[in-house]
Amino acid sequence: MLLEIKNLHAKVEGREILRGVDLQVNAGEVHAIMGPNGSGKSTLAQVLAGRDEYEVTEGQVLFNGQDLLEMAPEDRAREGVFLAFQYPVEIPGVSNTYFLKAALNATRKHRGQPELDAIQFLKLVREKVKLVGMDESLLQRPVNEGFSGGEKKRNEIFHMAVLEPVLGVLDETDSGLDIDALKIVADGVNTLRGKDRAFVVITHYQRLLNYIVPDFVHVLLDGKIVRSGGKELALELEQKGYSWLEQGVGASA
Amino acid sequence: MSTEGTKTATIAAPFVGGRPVNRAGESARLATLRASAAESWAARGFPSIHEEAYRFTNVAPIEKAGCRPAPGTTVPDADTLTRLSYDGCDRIVICDGRFEPSFSRLEGLPAGVLVSGLAEASASQAELVDRYLHRAEALADGPFAALNTAMFEDGAFVYVPRGVTLVRPLQVIVLSTAERVETSPPVAFPRLLLVVEENAEAKIIETYAAHDEGTYWTCAVTEIWAGDSARVEHYKIQREGFEAFHTATQTVRTGRRTAFSSHCVSLGAAIARHDVNATLDGEGGDAILNGLYMLSGAQLCDTHMQVEHRQPHCSSHELYKGVLEGKSRGVFSGKIHVHPGAQKTDAKQTNRNLLLSKDALANSQPQLEIYADDVKCTHGSTVGQLDADAVFYLRSRGIGVDAAKSLLTYAFASDVVERIGIDAVRHDMEAFLFSWLPMGDVVRDAV
Repeated sequence: MLLEIKNLHAKVEGREILRGVDLQVNAGEVHAIMGPNGSGKSTLAQVLAGRDEYEVTEGQVLFNGQDLLEMAPEDRAREGVFLAFQYPVEIPGVSNTYFLKAALNATRKHRGQPELDAIQFLKLVREKVKLVGMDESLLQRPVNEGFSGGEKKRNEIFHMAVLEPVLGVLDETDSGLDIDALKIVADGVNTLRGKDRAFVVITHYQRLLNYIVPDFVHVLLDGKIVRSGGKELALELEQKGYSWLEQGVGASA
Repeated sequence: MSTEGTKTATIAAPFVGGRPVNRAGESARLATLRASAAESWAARGFPSIHEEAYRFTNVAPIEKAGCRPAPGTTVPDADTLTRLSYDGCDRIVICDGRFEPSFSRLEGLPAGVLVSGLAEASASQAELVDRYLHRAEALADGPFAALNTAMFEDGAFVYVPRGVTLVRPLQVIVLSTAERVETSPPVAFPRLLLVVEENAEAKIIETYAAHDEGTYWTCAVTEIWAGDSARVEHYKIQREGFEAFHTATQTVRTGRRTAFSSHCVSLGAAIARHDVNATLDGEGGDAILNGLYMLSGAQLCDTHMQVEHRQPHCSSHELYKGVLEGKSRGVFSGKIHVHPGAQKTDAKQTNRNLLLSKDALANSQPQLEIYADDVKCTHGSTVGQLDADAVFYLRSRGIGVDAAKSLLTYAFASDVVERIGIDAVRHDMEAFLFSWLPMGDVVRDAV
């Protein structure tokens, strides 16, 4: 099993957000996590990536059998966990390409692979940038600085394409995207799908799942996964909203 | 007059070691200026922290060091000079305040350009020197400027006449030794007078450095005159030894449609105090005054800047950035003063400080004083740490925490370094950043 989340509890600023999440993801699978605002979706993503503002109070996360929560964020990335941010950070003064080269080479070094030189790296970048239909001029610009919302999201997928993670966590990558940008981002993700790679796609809306068709859909509500199913669950949520599940939570509590 | 000389020497005696203040062959005006400067120093002495302009900067350690004027007998070290010299630039050398003609490297200066020691020029070009020397009002204000005026014996005189372009940048290397004067650390008083006349063009670099580690004091004054439509790029790289004191006053006066820029990078010295004064004295003049200070340990760097907008349609832009590590302290105080009638002034002053440790401290005081009603003036200052979101974002891509911090610090500082227009200087400063940052090698590979 690639990712195994067991009874995960986490809090931020003293408030418990995740209240016992269980999730199992095998290589080759795409899992969608849906839920209303405030249900803990982004917290789950941040905890997986290692943001230290989130305190894990209980539970366990195994990644390829290793204790993920014990690892520093950079080590998680080097082991193959990639988080596509809901709000990618603008970093003035750091070139998108140069930064990515440092990131890729840190990862390659960690994996015992030779580092890429400037020419090899440029070749790779040119190839990957096409995948997300991103303007090449964005490569030379500082990371995300002055990028439009859509460009930022594409840049996240571009980073993912270059870093080739084992597990891609997409945190509301669809938010703020028009339908054309959404298709391009989804195409990028679909190209990266493969038997050795898994995705956790966090989204508020079913729309993205028309383009990235998941194997499993989970509903996160009030810090817990309250319902799991196939891709048809997403359609049901689209029709009914989340309230019928909320009532379910209330009844079982 | 010998009696006057004796008198001022006595007044300044606690500090200057009884040296006469008057020099043979100097103009009567300069003699008077020196005398009143010596009196002013003797009356005020070292500034205390009770003075507004020195509120955050305690110069008591300079006073306690009990420095005495360097005899100026040390010969510059050739290897040190080679290390400090920039490729593609002409060079002159001042050692312990004294011009060293035999170390000049001047390749084909255009006709009419004068580059020499200030003492020599005061004799051979007395009228020209007198026309420009000590004409900036700001020189009357600061105690260390007064001390330099009273004490300087030599320095550099650079004169680029009307319409002439200095093709190669000129580097002025100001070297100091820490060699003791009997038991006291030495102090030197280099004086630089840089004159770029109407429609002339020059790029001038001042490099301050030491022969050897140890306590010494450089008390410098640089006066820059940039004539109408002149184009002047000025750089100052302060790399004094870490036990040194550096107090420097820089004045610039611009004319009509002058384009002036200055970049000051302050890296060395235990205590560095920069008084930077710019007077926009002709319509349509443009001044850029940028700076970077990178401090660690217990270093202190203080920049006091005053920009005088005296004429309409002038612009001035200042960006000063500080990176503070250890227990270091950065002080920035800047004032933009728009005089009555200086309409259409466009002025912006920004000071940003990055604190890399919890013991580092920054004081920032940008101020505006405006007596004209049709102007655009802004100022801003920030003191902060590295952006935690940015650090996490970089780490989440596989970049180690120290490398992420170094990369972000580099980005912060290179914002100023990138603006340096002379390749050799910019590359030198980039190399400094790589050596200064804990993970500089990763940054070098990445940028």
